[in-house]
Amino acid sequence: MQSVCPYCAVGCGQRVYVKDEKVVQIEGDPDSPISRGRLCPKGSASEQLVNSPGRQTKVLYRAPRAKEWQRLDLSTAVDMIADRFIESRRRTWQQEDDEGRLLRRTMGIASLGGATLDNEENYLIKKLFTAAGAVQTENQARI
Amino acid sequence: MGQLTGPTDPTADAHWEHNHPRKGFFTDTSICIGCKACEVACKEWNHNPQDGNLELLGSSYDNTGSLGASTWRHVAFIEQGQERIAEARESGRALVSLGMPRIGPPAPPSVADLADADTTPPDTADFRWLMSSDVCKHCTHAGCLDVCPTGALFRTEFGTVVVQDDVCNGCGTCVAGCPFGVIERRSNGTVKVAASREEQHAKHADVPNAGVAQKCTLCYDRLVADETPACAKACPTTSIKFGDHDDMVETAKERVATLHGQGMTEARLYGANENDGVGGTGSVFLLLDEPEVYGLPPDPRVPTADLPKMYRRAGMAVAGMAVAAAVAFLGGRE
Amino acid sequence: MANADCIIIQGSNMAECHPVGFQWVAEAKARGAKVIHIDPRFTRTSAVADKHLPIRAGSDVVLLGALINYVIANDLWFKEYVTAYTNAATLVHEDYRDAEDLGGLFSGFDPEKGAYDNSSWAYDEADEGAIGEPAGPEHGAEAGARASGDTFGSGGPPLEHAEVLRDDTLQDPRTVFQIVKRHYARYTPEMVRDMCGISEADFAYLAKTITENSGRDRTTCFAYAVGWTQHSLGAQFIRAAAILQLLLGNVGRPGGGIMALRGHASIQGSTDIPTLFNLLPGYLPMPSAGRHDTLEEYLKANASKNQKGFWADADAYTISLLKAWWGDAATADNDWAYDYLPRLTGAHGTYETVMSMLRDEVEGYFLLGQNPAVGSAHGRMQRLGMSHLKWLVVRDLNMIESATWWKDGPEIESGELRSEDIETEVFFLPAATHVEKAGSFTQTQRLLQWRHQAVAPPGECQSELQFFYELGHLIREKLAGSQDERDRPLLDLTWDYPTDDHGDPDPESVLAEINGRHLTGPDAGKPLSAYTELRADGSTTAGCWIYTGVYAEGINHAANRKPGQEQGPAATEWGWAWPANRRILYNRASADPAGKPWSERKKYIWWDEDQGKWVGEDVPDFPPTLAPGSKPDPSVGGPAALSGDDPFIMQSDGKGWLFAPKGLVDGPLPTHYEAQESPVANRLYPQQQSPARLKYPRKDNLSAPSAGSPGTDVYPYVFTTYRLTEHHTAGGMSRWLPYLSELQPEMFCEVSPELAAERGLEPYGWATIISARSAIEAKVLVTERMTPLTVGDHTVHQIGLPYHWGVGNSAVVSGDAANDLLGVTLDPNVQIQESKVASCDIRPGRRPRGPELLALVAEYQERAGLTVETGNRTVTDPAEGEHPGGPTP
Repeated sequence: MQSVCPYCAVGCGQRVYVKDEKVVQIEGDPDSPISRGRLCPKGSASEQLVNSPGRQTKVLYRAPRAKEWQRLDLSTAVDMIADRFIESRRRTWQQEDDEGRLLRRTMGIASLGGATLDNEENYLIKKLFTAAGAVQTENQARI
Repeated sequence: MGQLTGPTDPTADAHWEHNHPRKGFFTDTSICIGCKACEVACKEWNHNPQDGNLELLGSSYDNTGSLGASTWRHVAFIEQGQERIAEARESGRALVSLGMPRIGPPAPPSVADLADADTTPPDTADFRWLMSSDVCKHCTHAGCLDVCPTGALFRTEFGTVVVQDDVCNGCGTCVAGCPFGVIERRSNGTVKVAASREEQHAKHADVPNAGVAQKCTLCYDRLVADETPACAKACPTTSIKFGDHDDMVETAKERVATLHGQGMTEARLYGANENDGVGGTGSVFLLLDEPEVYGLPPDPRVPTADLPKMYRRAGMAVAGMAVAAAVAFLGGRE
Repeated sequence: MANADCIIIQGSNMAECHPVGFQWVAEAKARGAKVIHIDPRFTRTSAVADKHLPIRAGSDVVLLGALINYVIANDLWFKEYVTAYTNAATLVHEDYRDAEDLGGLFSGFDPEKGAYDNSSWAYDEADEGAIGEPAGPEHGAEAGARASGDTFGSGGPPLEHAEVLRDDTLQDPRTVFQIVKRHYARYTPEMVRDMCGISEADFAYLAKTITENSGRDRTTCFAYAVGWTQHSLGAQFIRAAAILQLLLGNVGRPGGGIMALRGHASIQGSTDIPTLFNLLPGYLPMPSAGRHDTLEEYLKANASKNQKGFWADADAYTISLLKAWWGDAATADNDWAYDYLPRLTGAHGTYETVMSMLRDEVEGYFLLGQNPAVGSAHGRMQRLGMSHLKWLVVRDLNMIESATWWKDGPEIESGELRSEDIETEVFFLPAATHVEKAGSFTQTQRLLQWRHQAVAPPGECQSELQFFYELGHLIREKLAGSQDERDRPLLDLTWDYPTDDHGDPDPESVLAEINGRHLTGPDAGKPLSAYTELRADGSTTAGCWIYTGVYAEGINHAANRKPGQEQGPAATEWGWAWPANRRILYNRASADPAGKPWSERKKYIWWDEDQGKWVGEDVPDFPPTLAPGSKPDPSVGGPAALSGDDPFIMQSDGKGWLFAPKGLVDGPLPTHYEAQESPVANRLYPQQQSPARLKYPRKDNLSAPSAGSPGTDVYPYVFTTYRLTEHHTAGGMSRWLPYLSELQPEMFCEVSPELAAERGLEPYGWATIISARSAIEAKVLVTERMTPLTVGDHTVHQIGLPYHWGVGNSAVVSGDAANDLLGVTLDPNVQIQESKVASCDIRPGRRPRGPELLALVAEYQERAGLTVETGNRTVTDPAEGEHPGGPTP
């Protein structure tokens, strides 16, 4: 399967080898005119990025004032987040500025991230946040 | 058994009945950027465990230290000031004038030519940071293989030297047999576990092939599938080249001649001399200073290299004793 | 880059940070190209360069300015190129005054507001007016309050029209050429010696190498990265290189240009389709209250129909975006739902957001593959800011420090925070890796490459695509039936994407929306092929106009994978580059004004008289049949107004800008100022720091004193932050991986043997580094790769700090975070923080634990006499501190 390295912005081609629905090896793609099959140490470690023992695969929730995580199932978590999104948006809504000019926004919800995400993902994030009036979307490009 | 010393074709010596050319690496340290992609690509392919104790080693950017049971490619980092650079150039120049290592065509510049050559490049001459990716030498006469009592080490059809994990009994004889200190027994527990992640690591605590001798296989399992070894494939700058051994040696000789032509008299080859103590190595290197600087033995000798001489000596001793005995006998007759 | 004859790597450590991209530099070098690395540290890049020049961090404009001066003074500029393709001959308004005349300030500075009114920087006009912005000249307050530079997007700032006054002899003192010449006249090799710490001989070597490798037959390329952007005048560093490259004719040609080496897989994509507050997709600005209250105002402010080039069609791009988002709800009657867009009232960048968290104005925060507790400047401010949130959503692969600061962060250790007091709810949602989802990344040269999905994400891991699609669905479901007008934009949003069996949205359908389609006519429903097909009448959609064409004919061109070995060097059938699959931008400049290649050796795009069109190895970045000698009436506006010799088709006058009459808020020409914190006085001007830098004078954001004023010696050393090959930014994708962690296991600092001796630092022992904000500990790497620089009569010691480590218990390796030392002072054009240079002290031993750490930081602050005013004066008072050289205002 042809892919692209997820680390820096050179965009090296990768080939992902899969066995029994598990990634077993990731190597450079010799067809790529950008990288010609080569990879740096990070790109070479991509398989470990996918299969690393430390990787999280479960949703966790930390309640106010709690000292530890607790388990939460995914759909409950998304539902809770949607509720909080709507509440915070209402509570912090700014319809107009002092001079009566339209603002139509919330400054109560922000996001950071996107430089490691796909264009399609960033597109949906920007679209949803803009429609919700949450203007404070930011990413690594300004860091 | 084939030849124990001097130039030979190790594959033929091992009685492989085919004509696979001998395979090997040429590691050109003059274009290494020290990225360590080779170390990671090697571990990824061979599933070698993490090494070390996760503390700075105290050796510039090198934190894996040396080749070992779990690190089959190792990048050395050496910082040098002006004085040492001048010495390296001088020692390299001396090598050229001695004709060592033997350089094939194109003809190397003579010492007289070098005197006239523009020796200014590289322009930063007062400081340099050498980087070099070391690997098993896959010697023509491999000490590890020669001393292995179980036959776990074998010479492949590609002329390389490989451990059969399931045959090795972990006796460790090979460790002493390698003049480069490459092969080691893998201990278990090489993975250091962060306190709160014990559980996660516990699943992976099984170190593969613990207790048996381990070293670079020159990706034997890739070679049989006609694939390039993982380290050479990943190398971003082609500092690690892979191919037929003869071609690698040829390329290496051309490269050293080019660098000499640019006034870099410090460039020299390592392992390309088939008359050395291991009959030349399957992995050849272009170095920019003396081998010791990179942690390589200057004059590696396979322990078995001296066997013929020892046999000769032993033979002479036997003959001498026979003569003495005869003399004694003859004398006794008097 | 493989075609370059000389490569200058400055502000980048390319071999370490982009090793695989570096193969092209290695290849150019093997062909005989010179490679020069200019950097405070001798790095792995320097190790394989022909020469390394150590430079004092933050002094790059002095060096680049001196190169510009060298090129002009020695008459080495590329005359035919400069005259035809740049704005060298254009006259600037007579009210313009240069920084040379005003002690380091340009005309129009308002010291009260700390911002410029740039109306006097405009081009001169025939009827004695100035060519300003269509909406009239803007004033300082507004200029400073918005995100200026970025809001102009790829088109640069608009000009009312393109009828400029020119003096093709370049002799008029008001020509751009003469202004540039005067501006850099005092940027001399001696000044380079005294400010950058680079000897005159080394400067001569550099200047000679660059100029000998520029011209008709040869080209020089610059490569930079965040070593240039992360400064309080970062945008001007890059502008300075652009001026030099334009003067040498090294733009739009093979082996030329200025390569931005970006650090994240899709950081280019996340700017094109921006998860950034100030932009809409395709570099259209987000509307600002007061400037863009109506669609008409917005369109007028973005681009004038009378200016030259393709940006004049920005109305079509805007309306097609609104149609893509709000479909049938966007009509001519409601101005295409323009009022569904929220409005800006100033800068709302990530650092402003953190400060408003501290004011309890932000309730919810999403972290999407980003670790600000370690990776953003002023880590303490980041973590304390998060502790004020009501809810935090962290989506990542690993349990990063930004998700655990409430239980094991540095403030828990120091006692500033207690878990049981923190009200913030934290949701950790595991994310999918790059092989567990399909989608496109846009790499550093604007190339979109599609990744195919190899396996399903494990456990509860999800892609952002799926998560946000579902979140959007849920929010819309919960709001369904709402009569509240404010919910209309959410409810009217086009949000129907086909899903697979698991309910995952199809990423190709999103790409198709980004590409856009025809809504009416015979082709209704069909994908668009090029952005030139976009219309302002609501008959087309496009989610990001610069990407239009990536899905032409319904084919995903980002997934094009014709092997490189079967194609020419431009490899146009691998992936898809915006715009229009072009690989070198402004490539019309690779031919002379008559359309012939400048030389056989550097042939790329040329005019084929017989075919009557531009041909060559790339997609021409020019109207395909516009003949070289064409001279249309510039007043018609748009692409039709472009002359045959206007290669810079996105600029409003078709020329490369040596002098920027608009678009930058901190000056039309790059000018050297010292960093916010610097032990060295600015020898060029009495003005010490950039007067327009964005300052945040707060008790939690103190600055060290500069330039010998009292207390400078409390923080006597310069530190700079950077990354290593073995890790990735804040470590979220590397410190959890055993194979990478073992290669660089511990936080360290790099110091010279001289500094180690001065402070008694033991090799590989511990040291504590103290800034005006915080103190951290690191192992000591004593190395000759760090060189003390003699700058005037001062020895400047620089300390190197990689920033990959963070404090927490989850990673394979952890350690103190270098970014905790940094403060927040920003470039006013782009709001990027100054993280490449700041002041500190260093001493042997580990840092104190618990409250004693805060006491140590406070003790230093007290000793230096820091107040919120320290270092935060807008205009430098010449009486405070020494300022040798430079005219007084």
